[in-house]
Amino acid sequence: MVKRVLTHLALLTGAAVMLAPFILMLSISLKPPGEVFSPHFALLPTQWYAVENYTAAFTKVPLLRFLLNGLFVTLCIFAAQALTALPMAYALAKLRWRGREAAFAMVVLALLIPPQVPAIPLYIALWQLGLLNTYAAIILPSTISVFGIFLMRQFFRTVPDDLIAAARMDGLSEWAIVWRIMLPTAAPAIAAFACLSFIWNWNEFFWPLIAVQEEHLMTPPLGIAFFSNAEAGTSFGPLMAAATVVTAPLALAFLLAQRAFIEGVTMTGVK
Amino acid sequence: MANPHRAEAIAGTLLALPAFILMWLMLLGPAVAVGLLSLTDWNFGEPRIGFAGLENYQELWGDRVFWISLRNTVIYVGVSVPATVLLGLLAAIAIEGVGRGRGFYRAAYFLPVASTLLAMALVWEFMFHPSVGFVNQVFRGLGLPTADWLQNPDTALFALAAIGVWQNLGLAMVLFMAGLKAIPPDLYEALAMDGADGAWERFRRVTWPMLGPALVFVVAITAIRSFQVFDTVQVLTEGGPSKSTEVLLFTMVQQGFTFLRSAYGAAITIVFLVLTLAITLAQTTILDRRAHYG
Repeated sequence: MVKRVLTHLALLTGAAVMLAPFILMLSISLKPPGEVFSPHFALLPTQWYAVENYTAAFTKVPLLRFLLNGLFVTLCIFAAQALTALPMAYALAKLRWRGREAAFAMVVLALLIPPQVPAIPLYIALWQLGLLNTYAAIILPSTISVFGIFLMRQFFRTVPDDLIAAARMDGLSEWAIVWRIMLPTAAPAIAAFACLSFIWNWNEFFWPLIAVQEEHLMTPPLGIAFFSNAEAGTSFGPLMAAATVVTAPLALAFLLAQRAFIEGVTMTGVK
Repeated sequence: MANPHRAEAIAGTLLALPAFILMWLMLLGPAVAVGLLSLTDWNFGEPRIGFAGLENYQELWGDRVFWISLRNTVIYVGVSVPATVLLGLLAAIAIEGVGRGRGFYRAAYFLPVASTLLAMALVWEFMFHPSVGFVNQVFRGLGLPTADWLQNPDTALFALAAIGVWQNLGLAMVLFMAGLKAIPPDLYEALAMDGADGAWERFRRVTWPMLGPALVFVVAITAIRSFQVFDTVQVLTEGGPSKSTEVLLFTMVQQGFTFLRSAYGAAITIVFLVLTLAITLAQTTILDRRAHYG
């Protein structure tokens, strides 16, 4: 009994530390400038300033534009990743063709390469193609997910061969089998893959920082860094409001779909 | 169908082809290119390119900033990995055994993994504020020394490491939880039959040995992620004060993109890649050895 109480006490203290930044962020996003630097911390403001802060966040910088950019970029990236990864995963898991083992070995090799390694050559290539400072520059390098190929291949291997043979008897093409047979049976794995892809690409800062300079192309992390630079630490209220808005979609999605998120991360640990 | 095997072979190749091409275009090709580029003297935008052999690496060898950067990265990894792994393990064991409130704790500890690090880094900047920051307020309350954590060359790197631990702890935790679930319960029962069922005995004789492979994996994953530290450095300290938070990826971006020294930046990238691969190699070696003798 005492042990249980002590465990709870330790875990609660830990949880307080883990959640403190989120609580602080929300709290400051509600406060007027005068209260932000008050020596005694209060959770709630004495004078509510939420409307002003959130309005400032959306008007001082094109925050809505950043969010839409983020949504557009993550959707394009996941669509491209799924469209290429699923067929290859099926080919690796269930079909016999020459070069299959070599191709799989390359996927495993590619898994070992950190995403920052290709940055300089990709930058040079995009520059020569005149594509720097476009959506394409942000999207193209992430269109392939070797992690997705690997994850889906492992999952597809567990699908019974009879199911595929039956589909062939029904006259389905291999392409159709990928989307009409494999896709539905692999729903949990795809959900995990989707969650990871969205977490990773919504939060990605390194590559967009290199690939785009123009404000109207910025993704949420880039936009908020830009905002922070422009304000140089003067207006914490609007900045924290912007941080809340940027963090909210993923945090809410996580709270709603905890299992898929955690399973996804557990399956990999990669991202 | 004339020859089903041939048809299957063609289908397999065609289905794999788009991903295969993209993988080479976006990942493997550029990785090879970075290696080749590091052997040249090319600066971004120059019309001519020449072979330079190992000159970039020789320059790195004598570059004071590079060594500071490498040293800082190693310190950052050396501080944040043990802290992340240890706290992640403690949290996983405590949460697994706590009964009620498991869902809440798991969500609370995991939330930072799913949040936007860049936005949260700005909150941490405020937390580390010298006068009104949470950290100093709490430290003052507990009678501990306070500092201007991010502006002091002695503490800045550790403040960033603390943010790193905060962000990755939940990841280590869920990976350990998966490892804990895989331990057969009858091992604990057998231990209880032997009359040893204290928490420490359970941990020492069953959990720890059974958790071995998961531990190696978590250490490797955390180390690889820590090596990639960049976001917090870029927005909070820009490598300062006086190069105390200069880390490898930051140096690479500075050289390769700010100073437009593409070939030199490529050489730094290769060092970064080799270090990352060394971690993976160490991980597989350790796991193999365990598999043979364990």
